[in-house]
Amino acid sequence: MAKPIKSAASNRPTSRDERPDRLIERGHHDMGGLPAGRVEPSEHDYAEWERRVDALMVLLSGVKGAPPRMSVDELRKNIEALGPEAYDSMSYYERWVTSITQTMIQRGVITTDELGRKMEEIRKRREDACKK
Amino acid sequence: MQEVAGAGGGQYATHYTAVAARFAQGDRVRVRDSAPLGHIRTPFYIRGHVGVIERYCGAFPNPEELAQMRDGLPAQPLYRVRFLETEVWPDYAGRAHDTIDIEIFQHWLERAK
Repeated sequence: MAKPIKSAASNRPTSRDERPDRLIERGHHDMGGLPAGRVEPSEHDYAEWERRVDALMVLLSGVKGAPPRMSVDELRKNIEALGPEAYDSMSYYERWVTSITQTMIQRGVITTDELGRKMEEIRKRREDACKK
Repeated sequence: MQEVAGAGGGQYATHYTAVAARFAQGDRVRVRDSAPLGHIRTPFYIRGHVGVIERYCGAFPNPEELAQMRDGLPAQPLYRVRFLETEVWPDYAGRAHDTIDIEIFQHWLERAK
């Protein structure tokens, strides 16, 4: 992990021998203040699937009195639960769709088995379409 | 415990059963230097630092509980807390009076001398 810039917070002991009350000192996602280089703003458009993921989250959050299926806090929790490698390599909406899917499994809206079979079905459909 | 209804003092109207607000504008508070597990909305870099209550924002369901599929009630008072950049980052190169505002829930704050 990159060394934090000097701050009172970074002077705190971080080993578990010194602070046995702390299991995970700092979550990988909680990177405020760590060196990250310059911010390069750029214009970009969204892919159709990204718009759909955004819309899906709006619908699942409960719009116009519909019962919410998940909270934005669950979205955050399951994004933060990604391994550091996945967190860094995924794009913004890839993290969202992974987290939404995890939440739907946790809430019992879909099962792991249903998800696996559906993904397999779609893969086969795409393969068949490519053969034609 | 108090019922925070309508324009219950905060910036946003809320109507949840809420924990009573312990701090007022101008109070000096220290952010708890804690590292529990779960979803945490208090940034790592601000834990342990001392700031001043800039305003009471209202009471909101606790996001740490909402993240675990519970209702987050009673609602926790949320404050906008103002910190001196030079206190947070000792090597801060900007102006001495620059500040950073962070919204922090009451259960992460304790009174500072």
